Amino acid sequence: MAAIRTKPDRHLYTFPGFGSEKFPNLMLRGAGDLDNWPRRVYEQKHEGYLGMRKALKMDPSAVIEEVKTSGIRGRGGAGFPAGLKWSFMPKDTPERKFTRYLVCNADEGEPGTFKDRVIMEYNPHQLIEGMVIAGWAMQCQLGFVYVRGEFLWLIEKMEAALQEARDAGYLGKDILGTGWNFDILMHRGAGAYICGEETALLNSLEGRRGEPRVKPPFPAAKGAFGQPSTINNVETLAAVAPILRMGGAAYANLGRPKNTGTRIFGVSGHVNRPGVFELPLGTPLDFIVNECAGGVRGGKKAKAIIPGGSSCPMFDAKDFDCPMDFDSVRDRGSMAGSGGVIVMDEDTCIVQATLRLIRFYAHESCGQCTPCREGCNWMQMILQRIEDGQGRLEDLDLLAQLTPRIGLRTLCPLGDAACGPMESALKKFRDEFEHHITHGTCLAKGPGLLARASAH
Amino acid sequence: MSHPLPPDTGELPLAPGQRLLESSRKELSPEALAEIQAIASRYPDRMAATLPALHIAQREFGFVSLAAMKAVAKALGLPEGHVFGVATFYTMYQKKPVGQYHFQVCTNISCALNGAAPLLQKLCARLGVEAGGPPSADGKWSVEEVECLAGCGTAPCVQVNHDVYDEFVDEKMLEEMIAACQRGEYRPWAH
Ligand SMILES: Cc1cc2nc3c(=O)[nH]c(=O)nc-3n(C[C@H](O)[C@H](O)[C@H](O)COP(=O)(O)O)c2cc1C
Ligand code: SF4
Ligand code: FES
Repeated sequence: MAAIRTKPDRHLYTFPGFGSEKFPNLMLRGAGDLDNWPRRVYEQKHEGYLGMRKALKMDPSAVIEEVKTSGIRGRGGAGFPAGLKWSFMPKDTPERKFTRYLVCNADEGEPGTFKDRVIMEYNPHQLIEGMVIAGWAMQCQLGFVYVRGEFLWLIEKMEAALQEARDAGYLGKDILGTGWNFDILMHRGAGAYICGEETALLNSLEGRRGEPRVKPPFPAAKGAFGQPSTINNVETLAAVAPILRMGGAAYANLGRPKNTGTRIFGVSGHVNRPGVFELPLGTPLDFIVNECAGGVRGGKKAKAIIPGGSSCPMFDAKDFDCPMDFDSVRDRGSMAGSGGVIVMDEDTCIVQATLRLIRFYAHESCGQCTPCREGCNWMQMILQRIEDGQGRLEDLDLLAQLTPRIGLRTLCPLGDAACGPMESALKKFRDEFEHHITHGTCLAKGPGLLARASAH
Repeated sequence: MSHPLPPDTGELPLAPGQRLLESSRKELSPEALAEIQAIASRYPDRMAATLPALHIAQREFGFVSLAAMKAVAKALGLPEGHVFGVATFYTMYQKKPVGQYHFQVCTNISCALNGAAPLLQKLCARLGVEAGGPPSADGKWSVEEVECLAGCGTAPCVQVNHDVYDEFVDEKMLEEMIAACQRGEYRPWAH
């Protein structure tokens, strides 16, 4: 058997009340226990594969209906309803038979996000179960899991779990006597954030450079290897298992209307107990930061919080009470994104933080469209100049004029993603930028965030 | 974009392929070729094996040299240009030699908030190498600054070769990691 990780990771998974009716545990069962991954444990302790058995007795279209009833929205970033996405897949007709593919997005590249790895580490079978259900619902022939290249040990673990599922007859030919054949292949990426974007991911899966494609055609029409494909995040697919087990209507009772269910939030940055916490959608941000993650370190106050991974505009103190669901976060001018909450305390230099984020986008831009390729580099250069104490006040207007010329003018959302932090930082913390320019020094007292010798 | 910058020679620019450093090895081993063929046969299209094949080539050659790219193109029957394009797009394919123990330090936002920048500097000073630069004289160590490793909750994170990240890394832990390298406890970078 492949080498299985022997050292537990040191994330925190729990908080007082977790697992009760108010905070149900659907996604993180057994998290933290290295012996939790085998099929035997999943079936004996966590009601494993019950949802799959139920689904395989249902008509595929009824499974899609069940997922639509649950109201689950994609956990990868955009929050698109999963059931609706599945219903876009073409069905076989007497004239035409399709080869359909299911693709699981396990690229997990968004800075501040570290939730999918927890599912694959401790509950790989839940992801497999979800993928079998999704594969059945859309009558796919093959599934792929696109995993970021750094997760080598998780790929080995997933391979071992897949073999267990094959041995049990949950994958392969004629699954549980339905006459339906389905298998799952692992595909390892090679270090490119842009490959998390669904069409770039498809190109990368096909063995090409990870450059996003023009849409339409959408993947449901022409996806992997030119065939109809559906791409979903790890967490979305893993959540399908409990949805089928408990029923779509019961799942829809969790969270809020139009924002149903639970999701995994990852809290990082200046907090006492960083970790991953599963919470119903709509849980207020300050509950997540203060009750789950133990509040800001050293008794300090939070200055800025990024609510959903680095691409989302920052919140300042007036929005720390925001209910964390897709619609409420959007109404406050940010995005729920991938659920990665990044907390910065009052001593953080926002100029440096913004520069660090923009440097990331400039580095990860695939270079296909000029506004993103050039724009991100310009933002980085201007911010670097301000950080080096050589900025001019006009630079702030220049930055403000630059972002609308990038956002919504690019092939894929990476350009917009870079504008989110830039615009929000400039709007909410303009005084810090001005202080940098006029005094050549920093208002914040915290340690530096930038490594001088850059490898880029 | 992850194109390698041409070396600063002051001479005329070189053709793209010529910029790449060469490895002593020129061919893939028969086992590697068999592994690549087995992988290619699992996909609907052989081109899909490009990324896995480059990972295998990196394992054998130590880094993805020009010869490694050519060997992959030959093994899969693909145009060399396609393989060059793919190999230069992805950052995990090292286009120049790295040390026997290759440290990757994340300096992205969550790690930066937890002191990744000074950590990187300390590691470089301790090992006597530059981040992103050539490996140490004995070929043992190299350090690279990387983007988010999806270990933000246990920041700062450092990865050695292909292994599990070490988490909440501080100076004491760096020493432990270096000692573990010396005991050979991490998977080798290449073999
Ligand atoms: C630049 C960029 C990076 C992305 N990275 C990821 C990622 O790492 N993981 C992920 O699941 N989705 C990522 N997405 C979102 C995907 O494009 C896609 O919306 C998602 O996988 C769909 O799954 P869902 O409907 O289950 O959310 C990214 C999008 C963009 C534009
Ligand atoms: S927006 Fe940026 S990352 Fe997206 S396709 Fe254009 S250049 Fe590439
Ligand atoms: S920011 Fe360093 S691992 Fe995510």
